[in-house]
Amino acid sequence: MKNINDKAGYFFITPFFLVFLLFNLYPILFTIYLSMTRYRGFGNMVFIGADNFKLIFRDPNVVNAFMNTIRIWGVNIFFQIFLALLLVMVFSDLEYKIKGLKFFRVIFYLPNLIAAATIALIFAKLLDRDYGVVNQLLFSVGWIDRSIGWLTRPLLAQMSVSGIQTWMWFGNSFILFMASVQAVNKEIFEAARIDGAGRLQILRHITLPSIKPILMYVIITGLIGGLQLFDIPFLITDGRGFPAGSLNTMIVYIYNMAFTYNNYGYASALSFALFLLIFMFTIIFALVTNRVEIKEYFRDRNERKAMNKTMNKAMEKAMPGGAPGMKGSEK
Amino acid sequence: MDQVIIRKEKAEDVESNAKVSKWKINIKKRKLLVYTLIYAFLGLLLLLSVIPFWIVLINSTRDGFAISTQGLTIRPGRSLAENYRILTTNANIIPAFFNSLKISTLVTILSGYFSALTAYGFHVYKFKGKNFLFGVILLFMMVPSQMAFLGYVQWMTRLGLMDTHTALIIPSVAAIGTVFFLRAYISSSLSRDLIESARIDGAGELHIFHRIALPLMGPGVATMSIFAFIGSWNNYLSARIILSSKSQETLPMVIASLRAMRIWHQNQGAIYLGFAISIVPIVVVFIFASKYLIENISAGAIKG
Repeated sequence: MKNINDKAGYFFITPFFLVFLLFNLYPILFTIYLSMTRYRGFGNMVFIGADNFKLIFRDPNVVNAFMNTIRIWGVNIFFQIFLALLLVMVFSDLEYKIKGLKFFRVIFYLPNLIAAATIALIFAKLLDRDYGVVNQLLFSVGWIDRSIGWLTRPLLAQMSVSGIQTWMWFGNSFILFMASVQAVNKEIFEAARIDGAGRLQILRHITLPSIKPILMYVIITGLIGGLQLFDIPFLITDGRGFPAGSLNTMIVYIYNMAFTYNNYGYASALSFALFLLIFMFTIIFALVTNRVEIKEYFRDRNERKAMNKTMNKAMEKAMPGGAPGMKGSEK
Repeated sequence: MDQVIIRKEKAEDVESNAKVSKWKINIKKRKLLVYTLIYAFLGLLLLLSVIPFWIVLINSTRDGFAISTQGLTIRPGRSLAENYRILTTNANIIPAFFNSLKISTLVTILSGYFSALTAYGFHVYKFKGKNFLFGVILLFMMVPSQMAFLGYVQWMTRLGLMDTHTALIIPSVAAIGTVFFLRAYISSSLSRDLIESARIDGAGELHIFHRIALPLMGPGVATMSIFAFIGSWNNYLSARIILSSKSQETLPMVIASLRAMRIWHQNQGAIYLGFAISIVPIVVVFIFASKYLIENISAGAIKG
């Protein structure tokens, strides 16, 4: 059925697509164009083709920034998932009924709400080598006798950022995991226990499979977020990836390349390369998690096509000349 | 003979009962121990989650000297007013607070309204190119468009929108994730028959949207709007890149600039008060909406 009002649909979606084209799509295309120029952010733009991209492969800072990201992300994601899983085991246990799930969910989510900029500065204060609360505490307990440079020693600085990221995100992962476990029928857990399954067996054969898609989601979005990490490494030290370039993540590098060194063209090439990398991870993730749906979609589509064909044939037989408006795949 | 056997059995019964009850006591003890361990673990995580907030709030009421000489306490101090005076004379925090409030509120309203409008357009009408256009939305949901910030800066320079709040507000009209979420939401909350009957009653299309669809989509719009508010309130990178003059600065920018000020070491109480000003509004919003938000995060996990 065609509706006379259907044209109004365009009216409803026009503002969105207008802004989308002007403020979303065009900047992307513009960045791609900039990546092929020599440009200082002002003055002349010189088209140089793929030169900037060739430079990426010879730039040791790129490898360094990427490895920093992987290290920060790797340690963070391990502890984040470990803590979230431990909490899921605690709150889904059949023998020990732990109360207060709703309360703890809210509390554990709190660190996720705060501006990363503020978090960076709070931890810069708490982890300060000479005045920081953490060192003061460790002193007074007697665990250390010399100040620890949490943010001044390269590896420690990376691990501190991992720790902050874990602190920010474990509650979020816990909520996601818990929701998928609660979606599983409780009787399955009961039945497994009656059959004599231990905690680890239940974890391996029921809990983990039920959260597998969301686990993938957490790992990949964590990686994508990690590649875009800016506020914390930028603000927790001096903004140049100090100490010894250990907090030089991709975006910090791109930011400095454009706004400190005025190498706008190369910075654009770097951000386009990062863009492609993130896009690739996202596509892989989408394909892996939705493979069942994708299969179903193509099967359905083929069935629908076959259906339409037979329908059209039947129509043509019934009304020679065809019926306008009956083609297509309207439901 | 029989009696002896019975007696013997009774004796055994008593004995095994004693065993069972002993065993039960052991189980009870073990359970108590495990419960204690679990709650201790939860308590530790709870402490770790809230202690930075606690430190910020307490220290914002103490003077800098007390903080650096006495370390941590649980008792608030009396220097809140003094800290406020020091903070506001050194940093532009109050104008920045209202700049952030203005930007975040407008972002929230625009993204909520236009996302609902777009989702409704896609759900209710059948027009040419609809599937293609929705496909574009799906594709760009996966595209990390914030990676294009250099192109965005250059484009805004050419449009004359650098150093304006507009450049931070307008993009929220095209909130891709929100449109996607609301389109899924609307298909479960709005029936076409309702729209059809309103049409028969002679209501205009936009009128139907405002009077019937928008209220029905309310909870979904509210959820996404709260996330939009938090995201905008916390946004640092794009604000830093777009805005340059002091009078335009947002709250995260001013907070970030505290690092380079003399009061960073000299008047820590004032610094902590700055942190508190950035944190408290978000925590208040969250506490009121937390049940709602967490239900929705959870629902997303099950669908995803």
